[in-house]
Amino acid sequence: MVVRAEKIVPAAEQDEEEVDVNVKKYLRGESANLEVLQDKKLKGELAVKEELYKRSAKAAANVEKWLLPSEGGFLESEGIEKTWRIKQDAIGKEVDILSSKNQYDMVLPDLGPYKLDFTASGRYMAIAGRKGHLGVLDVKDMSLVKEFQVRETVRDVVFLHNELFFAAAQKKYPYIYNTDGVELHCLKEHGAVSKLQFLRNHFLLASINKFGQLRYQDVTMGKMIANYKSGLGRTNVMQVNPYNGIVGLGHANGSTTMWKPTSPNPVVKMLCHHGPLSALAFHSNGHLMATAGMERKIKLWDLRTFKVLQTMPGHAESLEFSQKGLLAASTGSFVQVFRDGSSSQNYSRYMSHSMAKGYKIEKVSFRPYEDVLGIGHSMGWSSILIPGSGEPNFDSWVANPFETTKQRREKEVRSLLEKLPPESIMMDPKKIGTLKPPRKKEKPTRKEREEEMEAAVEAAKGKKLKNKTKGRNKDGKRAKKKQEVVQNAKKQFIEQNIKENEELSKKKRKRTSEEVAELPKSLQRFAKKKAD
Amino acid sequence: MKVKVISRSTDEFTRERSQDLQRVFRNYDPSLRPQEKAVEYVRALNAAKLEKIFARPFVGAMDGHIDAVSCMAKNPIYLKGIFSGSMDGDIRLWDIASRRTVCRFLGHQGAVKGLTASTDGRVLVSCGLDCTVRLWNVPDPSVMGCDESSGGSSTASAVYTGQNAYRAVDHQWGGDLFATAGARLDVWDHNRSQPINSFEWGVDTVVSVRFNPGEPSVLATSGSDRSIAIYDLRLSTPATKIIMQTKTNSISWNPMEPLNFTAANEDCNCYSYDLRHLTQAKCVHQDHVSAVMDIDYSPTGQEFVTGSYDRTVRIFSKNGGHSREIYHTKRMQRVFCVKFSGDASYIVSGSDDTNLRLWKAKASEQLGVLLPREKKKHDYDEAVMKRYKHLEEVKRIVRHRHLPLAIYKAQILRRTIVAAQRKKDDRRRAHSGPSSVQKKPLRQSKIHGQIE
Repeated sequence: MVVRAEKIVPAAEQDEEEVDVNVKKYLRGESANLEVLQDKKLKGELAVKEELYKRSAKAAANVEKWLLPSEGGFLESEGIEKTWRIKQDAIGKEVDILSSKNQYDMVLPDLGPYKLDFTASGRYMAIAGRKGHLGVLDVKDMSLVKEFQVRETVRDVVFLHNELFFAAAQKKYPYIYNTDGVELHCLKEHGAVSKLQFLRNHFLLASINKFGQLRYQDVTMGKMIANYKSGLGRTNVMQVNPYNGIVGLGHANGSTTMWKPTSPNPVVKMLCHHGPLSALAFHSNGHLMATAGMERKIKLWDLRTFKVLQTMPGHAESLEFSQKGLLAASTGSFVQVFRDGSSSQNYSRYMSHSMAKGYKIEKVSFRPYEDVLGIGHSMGWSSILIPGSGEPNFDSWVANPFETTKQRREKEVRSLLEKLPPESIMMDPKKIGTLKPPRKKEKPTRKEREEEMEAAVEAAKGKKLKNKTKGRNKDGKRAKKKQEVVQNAKKQFIEQNIKENEELSKKKRKRTSEEVAELPKSLQRFAKKKAD
Repeated sequence: MKVKVISRSTDEFTRERSQDLQRVFRNYDPSLRPQEKAVEYVRALNAAKLEKIFARPFVGAMDGHIDAVSCMAKNPIYLKGIFSGSMDGDIRLWDIASRRTVCRFLGHQGAVKGLTASTDGRVLVSCGLDCTVRLWNVPDPSVMGCDESSGGSSTASAVYTGQNAYRAVDHQWGGDLFATAGARLDVWDHNRSQPINSFEWGVDTVVSVRFNPGEPSVLATSGSDRSIAIYDLRLSTPATKIIMQTKTNSISWNPMEPLNFTAANEDCNCYSYDLRHLTQAKCVHQDHVSAVMDIDYSPTGQEFVTGSYDRTVRIFSKNGGHSREIYHTKRMQRVFCVKFSGDASYIVSGSDDTNLRLWKAKASEQLGVLLPREKKKHDYDEAVMKRYKHLEEVKRIVRHRHLPLAIYKAQILRRTIVAAQRKKDDRRRAHSGPSSVQKKPLRQSKIHGQIE
């Protein structure tokens, strides 16, 4: 019998460690350095604040440890079993009936391929068949809320702030419908849109059309916030970074651009792949981006340093991060799920699933707050179980899968009151409310320059001269040498001054000559000559 | 293989009966709330706007006097009661809740200039320009409540006549003594018809007197010789005196830090002093554009209210250089007296237009009993507003006050005058020998001397 030597850690200590890790999460960054502060009053105030932050973080960590009602899902292999070899059938046999209902294939061969979108709470799903089939389903009760035919191409569908409204990108324009199937708006300005995204906090509908034009429209007031040309051709790779609201676009030349509605140029432009980009996904912590290129590579990027963390081989036509950070990638009729094994951002195979041959997967989408992956494909849509993908505990005030009508109405009003302005979209959203770092002065003032010169002269004077050979070390020679050193030190400043003065006078002369030129020719000789 | 997936049955996560409250689940994970700082900022902005919308400080006016209200006194044992004296010799006891006169005290022949109540609330002392000091028995608050309509009156229990007009009176905290100010400072006992002690220092009139709330035998007076004097009744001579540039109209001690007092000055400013260190003021509170007539500290000691000749009432924090709030109405004339209510939530001002006005101490505060949820919301709003108060937009909304045109113009004028004076001083300094003219901060420059 082999006894493995393990360090035995007492249970209480283990708990403490766990709580410490969680406290760090709730502290939201480092505490302020109070040692450098001169102002005693401010220091005292800030010390009290920091103490309060620490206490509240600890309280939140304790709530997480002891009071949360549910625990996350998991899948563990035993012996030589590998998790990615485990079939959905096997999982379905092991889990409870309620969960096994989430494994199904909906076969609708006529109107596919299908696109999917979930509401923030994961309760409702919108489906859009390429050939005009639009629908909203209640996936918790497995019931159909509404379906209808629009009889034209539908390229994408996206829910707006709640399940009552959704937007569909159709042949010529995107439209907004409500759950009764009533067309509320036709957004003609957007044109033929290939991909839609909705920014929930800002109430912005972002679209990319076939000319590569990115548009942001405020859906509350209907105002067009921004309209920018990406200049990199048509694309249907677009994804919102949930962490900061920045829109990422993937282009045919292998580059990714990131946009915010307040700047006409991309905030970030990075070359990710050698071939065209086929898919793009952002992790909810904001630091991780996954891209897939046509040259059979999936790359993971760190958005703080813009460097590749990991490169995995394989195609992906659709990528998606789950709430807990699993990465799903689909190619053909095959879905692969990667997992961050040791939380060091080293993704490895976790699960895989292959559909029946000939089913071409269009879109994979994790259902929020559930261990479910929705797959839209050419023959309808499917749903499979991916244990450990969803956040087990929801917050009633953020997204509630069991929301009542009254709660939904209340939430709508509140979220409208707290609608963020488009200016709040920025790479680092934590910057809001902090101090702007002091800007460096570009040109030193005259006084500063003089001081600088004096300092340089003083330094030159204080410099010790080398002892020279006999005859060259006389006092007279040394004095001369010293003077020379001082002159040299002064020289560059004086030269700079002269240069500037010349430029100034040149400008002046130019101005006067312009003034003269403005006069009629006969009067030019009377123009006042200024002494230079 | 070990497997577990999230599975929520509807029964566990929803209420059992329709009468039950909806179940609420919390998860404080920051990753569920992206851009929380931006959201907080928007909430702060909304809170600031709401505060502005709900800022309705004026509660009501109490009219009944037929001449200007010159002085007021709180009833220390009864929160709803306030005494007011007017220039025609009328003294009234008001019920703040119903804003009616409960009782009138008739007898003064000339203007009433000082009013104060004993700490037990039984005796009211008044003095006036008719050279009399009158003691009145205050009716019992429980009786007072029932005969609201009758408006009873009472006569003085004692009348003491002096040689000179009296300008102010204040009662000792927790004792039997009271002090009157006039040609000299007199200290009286309830049971004696003559002052038991008199102080005279210089020839000028003493215009205000205030006992220290912490040390019952210490009192501060201000005189028309521009002085602020500190007296200790245990000593036979006055303790100390400072001479300022202009006259001090009124003094108020901080009830929570009884070492500190604030003086309302003729030069539009208030000066907070530490009793132990009178060579310079602790803080100069500027904002009024005319003489400050009266001052009163909140019972919390954190704020004080001032009434001014410029027809406004302002609220300052105890260490704030500028006012937190300004109250004015079209009809309010020169304010002669102000008082904070005993629970620090209301302010009463008496003015030249014969009315007493009742204001909220916090302009946008919701009155009445708050539900716990309402209270939580108010606390949250206040907290986010405090956190983002330095940001431009929030600051602009919170700071902005609509001012009457006269005050707005007077403020500009005053700013110009101060700037011109500063410029003049700077030039004088520049053209005199090095360090022959010292620059003095405002906290010191208005003090001309100290006499022990």
